Amino acid sequence: MTTQNLEIRRSSASVLGSLSGMRTAKTVSKYIDTTTCIGCKACEAACVEWNDLRRVATEQTGTYQTMPTLHAEYWNLIRFNERDFDGGIVWLMRKDQCMHCDEPGCLAACPAPGAIVQYANGIVDVNPDQCIGCGYCETGCPFDVPRFHQTTGKMAKCTLCVDRVSVGLEPACIKACPTGCLQFGTKDDMVELGKRRVEQLKSTGFQQAVLYDPHGVGGTGVITVLGHGDHPDWYGLPADPHVPWGVKLWKKVLRPLGVLAIFGAVIGAFSHFNKYGPKEARGSNDPDRNLPDA
Amino acid sequence: MTNGWVDIKNADVILAMGGNPAENHPVGFKWFMEAKKMRGAKLVAVDPRFTRTGALADLYAPIRAGTDTAFLLGIIRYAIEKNRFHEDYVKIHTNAPLLVNTAYAFNDGLFSGFDEKAGTYAKDSWTYQTDAKTGFAKTDPTLQDPQCVFQQLKKHVSRYTPEMVERVCGTPKDAFLKVCEIVTSTYTPERAGTITYALGWTQHSTGVQMIRAAAMLQLVLGNVGRPGGGVNAFRGHSNIQGATDIAGTFDILPGYLKTPAGQWTTLKEYIDANTPKLLAPSMNYWQNYDKFMVSLLKAAYGKAATKENDFGYAWLPKVDGNYSWMYICDDMYRGNSTRVGGKEPGPEGFISFGMNPVGLGPNSKKWIAALSKLKWLVVAENVETETAGFWKAPKMYDPPEPSNIQTEVFLLPAADFAEKDGTFTNSARWIQWKWKALDPPGQAKSDQEILARIFLSVRDLYKKEGGAMPEAVANLSWSYPNPVEPDLSEVLKEINGKALADIPDPKDKAKVLKSAGQQVDGFGQLQADGSTMCGNWLHSGVYTEAGNNAQRRSTADPNGLGMYHNWAFSWPANRRIMYNRASADAEGKPWDPKRPGIWWNGEKWVGDVPDMKPDAPPGEFGAFIMLPEGTGRLFAGSLNDGPFPEHYEAIEAPVDNPLHPKVSSNPASKKFSSDKDVYGKKEDFPIVCTTYRLTEHFHYWTQHQHNGVLNELQPGFFVEIPEDLAKQKGIANGSKVKVTSARGSLEGTAMVTKRLRPMKIDGKETWQIGFPIHWGFAGDPNHTGPLANLLTPSAMDPNTWTPEFKAFLVKLDKA
Repeated sequence: MTTQNLEIRRSSASVLGSLSGMRTAKTVSKYIDTTTCIGCKACEAACVEWNDLRRVATEQTGTYQTMPTLHAEYWNLIRFNERDFDGGIVWLMRKDQCMHCDEPGCLAACPAPGAIVQYANGIVDVNPDQCIGCGYCETGCPFDVPRFHQTTGKMAKCTLCVDRVSVGLEPACIKACPTGCLQFGTKDDMVELGKRRVEQLKSTGFQQAVLYDPHGVGGTGVITVLGHGDHPDWYGLPADPHVPWGVKLWKKVLRPLGVLAIFGAVIGAFSHFNKYGPKEARGSNDPDRNLPDA
Repeated sequence: MTNGWVDIKNADVILAMGGNPAENHPVGFKWFMEAKKMRGAKLVAVDPRFTRTGALADLYAPIRAGTDTAFLLGIIRYAIEKNRFHEDYVKIHTNAPLLVNTAYAFNDGLFSGFDEKAGTYAKDSWTYQTDAKTGFAKTDPTLQDPQCVFQQLKKHVSRYTPEMVERVCGTPKDAFLKVCEIVTSTYTPERAGTITYALGWTQHSTGVQMIRAAAMLQLVLGNVGRPGGGVNAFRGHSNIQGATDIAGTFDILPGYLKTPAGQWTTLKEYIDANTPKLLAPSMNYWQNYDKFMVSLLKAAYGKAATKENDFGYAWLPKVDGNYSWMYICDDMYRGNSTRVGGKEPGPEGFISFGMNPVGLGPNSKKWIAALSKLKWLVVAENVETETAGFWKAPKMYDPPEPSNIQTEVFLLPAADFAEKDGTFTNSARWIQWKWKALDPPGQAKSDQEILARIFLSVRDLYKKEGGAMPEAVANLSWSYPNPVEPDLSEVLKEINGKALADIPDPKDKAKVLKSAGQQVDGFGQLQADGSTMCGNWLHSGVYTEAGNNAQRRSTADPNGLGMYHNWAFSWPANRRIMYNRASADAEGKPWDPKRPGIWWNGEKWVGDVPDMKPDAPPGEFGAFIMLPEGTGRLFAGSLNDGPFPEHYEAIEAPVDNPLHPKVSSNPASKKFSSDKDVYGKKEDFPIVCTTYRLTEHFHYWTQHQHNGVLNELQPGFFVEIPEDLAKQKGIANGSKVKVTSARGSLEGTAMVTKRLRPMKIDGKETWQIGFPIHWGFAGDPNHTGPLANLLTPSAMDPNTWTPEFKAFLVKLDKA
């Protein structure tokens, strides 16, 4: 969490955000076009450098992919996948990172008040001041994004460069992209761009092209054009991501029930008091009553 | 590039071959994407590997490394057979109608004029039939005469059927025909296609002819000179283009003027030998050779160059043989030189400036052994490269014992690119000024200061001690206000050229075009009488009286084609598309009015800066103003290995040439004969291997980066291996493998991939593997790795003397 001056739409383990409605913040989104991404990894380098992340030691294991998966010090990773297709192959490259879901499972799962917030512009961010490092957000994320940071004991993931965005700059990865396959803007504009690109792809032989913006999580703040939209798994994406039922159960049922139970307990106690009055002292043989004065 | 980076957005079809632009030119590659997104352009990638470019292509076709000429000639055959060539264009703008000398022949893989002993061609039969009176080439405008270039071309390419292409290149016939269909779809006037390439074509023993085949295909399709067309070479890094323009190689002077040779003893002999004789109505622009050369001599020798002393021509060194860097290495290694004049001692010292020959030269063992024989070695660099530390080479390079090496090494700390001003000339020929970002660290000095200090000391020695011919150095002009570190804007002014006396206006002698001391506007104002000086005629116009045009940064683009005439300066003459006269038809109307290059408005040519006399009406001169025939050459007698391209196998190849097994590889290409120059046989080394670069690394520099992120992005040397071959050999992904060529062996991590597939070559199952350059034994010990060039052979293209890095033979084992 790098900025405190944005209004908060949702906050973990809290009933209310801080939306005053004073500022008009539009929901923002990154746009990724995998059909024009060359997997150059400029976005990876830009992410590490802008966010002052420590170097992660990597080794060549037989792939162009920098490391097997995201890391607490590596929030942006191009995934490389080779697949047999139509008598030949495809080599798919997709920028993997926090998807900034509109209904973030991480936030839902987080038990620490204010440790995960969603700003008014839709960016989902971890607030290390409040984070207790419990890792529940990992279980809440359908995209396997948050990572536990060994040194700080906190959770870490892409912030969508909220520090840059909040002062009117584009995220570092977008800035570094040489081909224009990464764009940044309001969600509405990016969806429009994506729809146009998908139409164009369909007219040039990619019949299965889609704009990946899954409804199961309310849509994402990172939308992705997939040439082979019938196979999101080829890109390492879930076909129909949802917040896990356990988290939903916690958030939608158990937690409200818990709140209800607390209120119920208070009301119960109050009515008990009303009905039976204060508790009477049990007499001088009560040990609590016989403590000598200090 | 004939066109420019931005112009790629104007293409309907892009053939990316002999290069991997997505990997190696990621920023420029955005224009490919622009063409795809804005015009629905088709991108076709042809490569031995399914590359990052292949991943984004509309069509990928595999090819065996080193067989691109066969593939391209196959497309030309298809275009002619299927009548999918731009007939009007071919008739007007190419030499197709010209009649070829009847003495020209091609039989069993050899062109007429081959001298077997010397391994060279006499080119006198590679000419036209000429009219005795005019000296002009005879023509048949109907293209029917069997001797005309068109019919000769048709005959020459007739052997390259889709079946033959499959047999030679390993490209499945279906895939090849799909490529043909898409690429030749640009033969109509309303469509345009570009071909892009890089070192995947240049670095072969047949490299120049591969590129020529591409140029011929573009001429046949009518794509040269047009927006969205052209033949576009991508330079590996800045400032390669500028280095070549300004004479980075031994056989040229600045502006591609020929280096004087011993047989041209006077300036007149030199000029006469190099000024082409007119063969058709052409501007024949090289007729100005004398103006360019005399102005260059005036820039070099200043007041000492006079008409009486041939402007100092005698002081210029004359080449008596091949001084390309491969030959210099050979001389160093053998300790003697066998050029004209017999045996001489080899060089005793070597100055390596801005290059790392141990890393980037072929056959690393030979380079290390060669440097070990020197008395001294000077390396100007910002890091200690493999060249500067050659004596530290590990055992796998067979270095001599360091105690036996007497070479004294001087490593001069040099400023990095960001630590000095100057210009970069990009692939699009744009000369762009760059400003110093920070001061060089410690004692590091700019290149010009290092050179100036060496020059001034050497000149003092010549002045004091004399020598065989002190004038050559003592008379050199060095009139910079700060002689120890010349301001590069002063140098750029000198490159542009200026008037040394008043230059009269040729249209009105009473008027003065330029008065003495003024910068010239361009090479059109240069004179042969010593009244102008110019350091490089081709760059003239870069620094005029208007100022330093390399610093211009206007993004104005009135016609939307991305020419940006007020951004920097594009040689020649700020022209953005070369040969742009060919973008218009016989009447001067654009082939495609939506994408005009230049057009005739009734009085003059307008649009881009015309590649034509601005007021010469259509039909007066041919579109290719530098050539004496005035037309694009489908038949060219100027190269050293044939007037037509022909498929020859690499020096190391897995099969004998299916077209002519007796003349399997390029008969004119050059090899070396020292004990270090060993070449492998297909029986011992059955696998085809190629080398390449990665986006994440910059040459051999990234491994020197101590705390940067790039080494993490591509953490180590690897060998790409097809899945089926890995299975055969029991190689698991990520395990260690050993690759061996006739010259050495190295180990790396196996990257088992679907992106390389087995091929049937001449009926035989053939495998290809590959690995990147970028690693070496210098730099951060955490990031070192084997030099790829330990395995590559010293074999060369006979025109450019570029080594064959891209196709050689190896064997593969588990390590």
